[in-house]
Amino acid sequence: MVEGQIPIEDYETGNTKHTWDTKKIRAAHKIITEYKFKKGEIKRGYTNRTLYVNLSNGSIKEKPVTDEMKKKFTGGRGFGLKLLWDSIKSTTRWDSEENELIITTGPLCGTTQYAGSGKSLCLTISPSTDIICDSNVGGFFGPYLKFVGFDALEIQGKAKEDVIIVIDGEKRTITIETAPDEKTDSHLLNEQLTYMYASEDTDKSRQKVSVVSAGRGAEHSFWGCLNFSFYDIRRKVPRMKQAGRGGLGTVLRDKKIKAIVAKVERFDGVSNNPADPITLVKVGTKLHKEIRDLDRYQCNMRTVGTGHLVEIMDEYDLLPTENYRFGSFPKASKIYSPHFYNLFTKVIHDGCWHGCTMACAKTVDAFTVMTGPYKGEKVTVDGPEYETIGCGSNMGLWDPLWILEFNFYCDTYGLDTISTGTAIAFYMEMYEYGILSKERCGGLEICFGNAEAVLEFMHRIARGDKDEFIQVASKGVRRVKDWLIKKGWGDKQLVEDTGMESKGLEYSEYVTKESLAMQGGYGLTLKGPQHDEAWLIFMDMVNNAIPTFGDKAEALHYFPMWRTWFGLNGLCKLPWNDVEPIDNAETGEPAKVPGHVQNYVDFQNAVTGWNVDKEELILQSERCYNWQRAMNVWLGRGCRKDDWIPYRSMGPVTEMEYLSRKERYDKQLVEKLGLSEKDVEKMDTKKKINVLYEYRQDQYQKLADAVYYRRGWTHNGVPTPQKMKQLGMDDSRMLTMLQKKIDKDEKIGLNVWGGTYSGGEKSPSDESKYWEKG
Amino acid sequence: MQKAKTVKILRFYPKKCTGCLECEKACSQIHFKTKDGGDKSAIRIIRKDNSYQMHVCDQRGLCLDMCPVGALTRRKNGVVWLDKDTCVGCQACVGFCPIGAMRKSEVRIEPFKCISCGSCVRACPENALELVEKIIDDIKEVVYHNQGV
Repeated sequence: MVEGQIPIEDYETGNTKHTWDTKKIRAAHKIITEYKFKKGEIKRGYTNRTLYVNLSNGSIKEKPVTDEMKKKFTGGRGFGLKLLWDSIKSTTRWDSEENELIITTGPLCGTTQYAGSGKSLCLTISPSTDIICDSNVGGFFGPYLKFVGFDALEIQGKAKEDVIIVIDGEKRTITIETAPDEKTDSHLLNEQLTYMYASEDTDKSRQKVSVVSAGRGAEHSFWGCLNFSFYDIRRKVPRMKQAGRGGLGTVLRDKKIKAIVAKVERFDGVSNNPADPITLVKVGTKLHKEIRDLDRYQCNMRTVGTGHLVEIMDEYDLLPTENYRFGSFPKASKIYSPHFYNLFTKVIHDGCWHGCTMACAKTVDAFTVMTGPYKGEKVTVDGPEYETIGCGSNMGLWDPLWILEFNFYCDTYGLDTISTGTAIAFYMEMYEYGILSKERCGGLEICFGNAEAVLEFMHRIARGDKDEFIQVASKGVRRVKDWLIKKGWGDKQLVEDTGMESKGLEYSEYVTKESLAMQGGYGLTLKGPQHDEAWLIFMDMVNNAIPTFGDKAEALHYFPMWRTWFGLNGLCKLPWNDVEPIDNAETGEPAKVPGHVQNYVDFQNAVTGWNVDKEELILQSERCYNWQRAMNVWLGRGCRKDDWIPYRSMGPVTEMEYLSRKERYDKQLVEKLGLSEKDVEKMDTKKKINVLYEYRQDQYQKLADAVYYRRGWTHNGVPTPQKMKQLGMDDSRMLTMLQKKIDKDEKIGLNVWGGTYSGGEKSPSDESKYWEKG
Repeated sequence: MQKAKTVKILRFYPKKCTGCLECEKACSQIHFKTKDGGDKSAIRIIRKDNSYQMHVCDQRGLCLDMCPVGALTRRKNGVVWLDKDTCVGCQACVGFCPIGAMRKSEVRIEPFKCISCGSCVRACPENALELVEKIIDDIKEVVYHNQGV
């Protein structure tokens, strides 16, 4: 363990050092466009303008942020949705000329006093889902973009050759420059650009630069993530956080953007110009103290980051193992957090934005790379976080070092660890069943536990390997399902049930079989199966706190709205409930963490000068949430059929899975389905699986019914014009579109409930057009 | 740079203190150019029962590892120093100081702390304060001790 109090200049990572001739590399740049802007003023969290860059014609302009825009969309992800609505078409796809890559901040983003206030929100039309993907990310870029003078950056069009976009807060220029000689992989490129654009050769100067990039993997897959850098003055490394989900990095590279650089001139603790800095400090310091006193007894985030979850998930049968077949595994103890704790360097402030004392961004320094182009180099690996370790478990990798190797290459190649890991786990299961084979996988033996094959697969993606399997497999689970079905390899139902994707996006790392509410938490989402909308497993499965469909629907209304709010403001969700006030359990609704909800009310009021209450926070989200769902409808999705989830996330697909938890499932057949113990005993496993299958599918549809009703949507999951108007979202083009869709659904009989209601069960409403009554 | 091995910290003799708060006034003069004392002083004298207690930084430096921008350093004389031009006002040091000795006044966003300058010692009419030398290794604390509890 590394002792603390090491002078900043004395700290050594032991990493391999590079010397770049940055002058020479920069001399090869050709400036395509230079745009000068005036220094703006940040007023109460807003710069009141956004930046628009068009790479096709090289134009750059500023757009005003109006009061109406703030009222309707708040900021952050909301602004992103508004900008997309104004710029794309219903036919726009990820690689269309008019598709945009948007990076937004939010009014509270850049605050240093409250932990977790440095998030950027990124939006685009996703290659995986054909709908809007939003992804939040730490690092310094968002706060710097704002301190330079813009609430959001909107990039449209495509460059003809590799370019970088430089947003220079010192010179007050924005340039589009060719960048032919820079590396593409993020751990090297971010370092080159950080050194190149720092005003002085000092760590403090380098800390004022932040880079967004995606590596070579992003070019050749649909899993491209965006790496947001934050220069660590102690490690002297531009570390990275990822906007992982949905292929944002793929879009970045499709636009031929090598990187986006933001450089801030200066900033301090009140650069957001908050209305009430005294309250802000009071609320922020209160949270710092809670984290100081309670984190070590609660989540241990400061010590091991989100990795503390591995042992808890394993304990509760929720840790996805071997493509979600199981929720725990005897070997899982090999990847419990103490093993990573031993590898982390622990001496240092580890927040991904200043003032985040939750400090979950852990690193392993001087990790010796074991494979691929950087074999033998010693590097800093940012992470692994819980999700990445969960991918290890899902792929049957039980060695922390291989998980680090996977993490390192995912990051530098610009691959989302979640999508990559979940997809590979599916390919491994298909390999086990003989549906895939060495021959069908381009020579790769992609079986559970084969770490070398995992890494080789990733290296081949990064190299742009033309093998058929690599080409299809790098596009994700949905494309591989279609490919297997088209080839006639394997049973179609098995393929559909086991590949863990919904809407085309791969699942994140939780087993949801025993929590119906969490199945909804993954399926009834805007962008795809991702736990950032709702995490209800403990509430539902462990504590049985939301037993009825109505209860679950209420939770699937409140929590997605609440969690959306963080993204509207440029905040991280973790400090909300990954540390809780000491008296939280005694409050009326501990799952909501009322003490912290009040903090956020005070926080938003202190920055913006508004006078909102907690209900208004939910309304802010509801406006944007419904807007995004409506945009998904407009893009041709966003209906019940799109909220389909694979059966692997609902129950046991295979006999092995059933038998591994036989007692549990047999009991459910008796208690929940009302079969007699004798009947259950007589049934063979296949039959039991089928009975359970029908039951759970129907439960899911009933859940969807209840949730759509609660959210004010039609039977088919379409937001109604009445609901939109009630929320103040009165865009006539939007309202007309929704009405047309609802009328069309009516004609083809889609405005009916999905569940089968019998024996006294009631659907949410008997009215055919219940939403018209208001 | 040679690392400091010792540091001067304040010692308080409660029996001599009369509670005149001249020390606080001298301190706020150093930090904020005012004789207000109180919230603007890094040293605080608190009356407890029939006696007084001193509340001030003991230079243990736990805050050093907390600062995200390197505004907190241990100077050549061993004193833990906050450079307010570098500081971004995050209050991590304020929140994490186990004895609440990193102070925050409402007049500016950056915190402040005792720098062992001795002006309070000089201001005390009763000689109730003294600067004494301590070995840093005996008093220092680090942020991460072990994996939780």
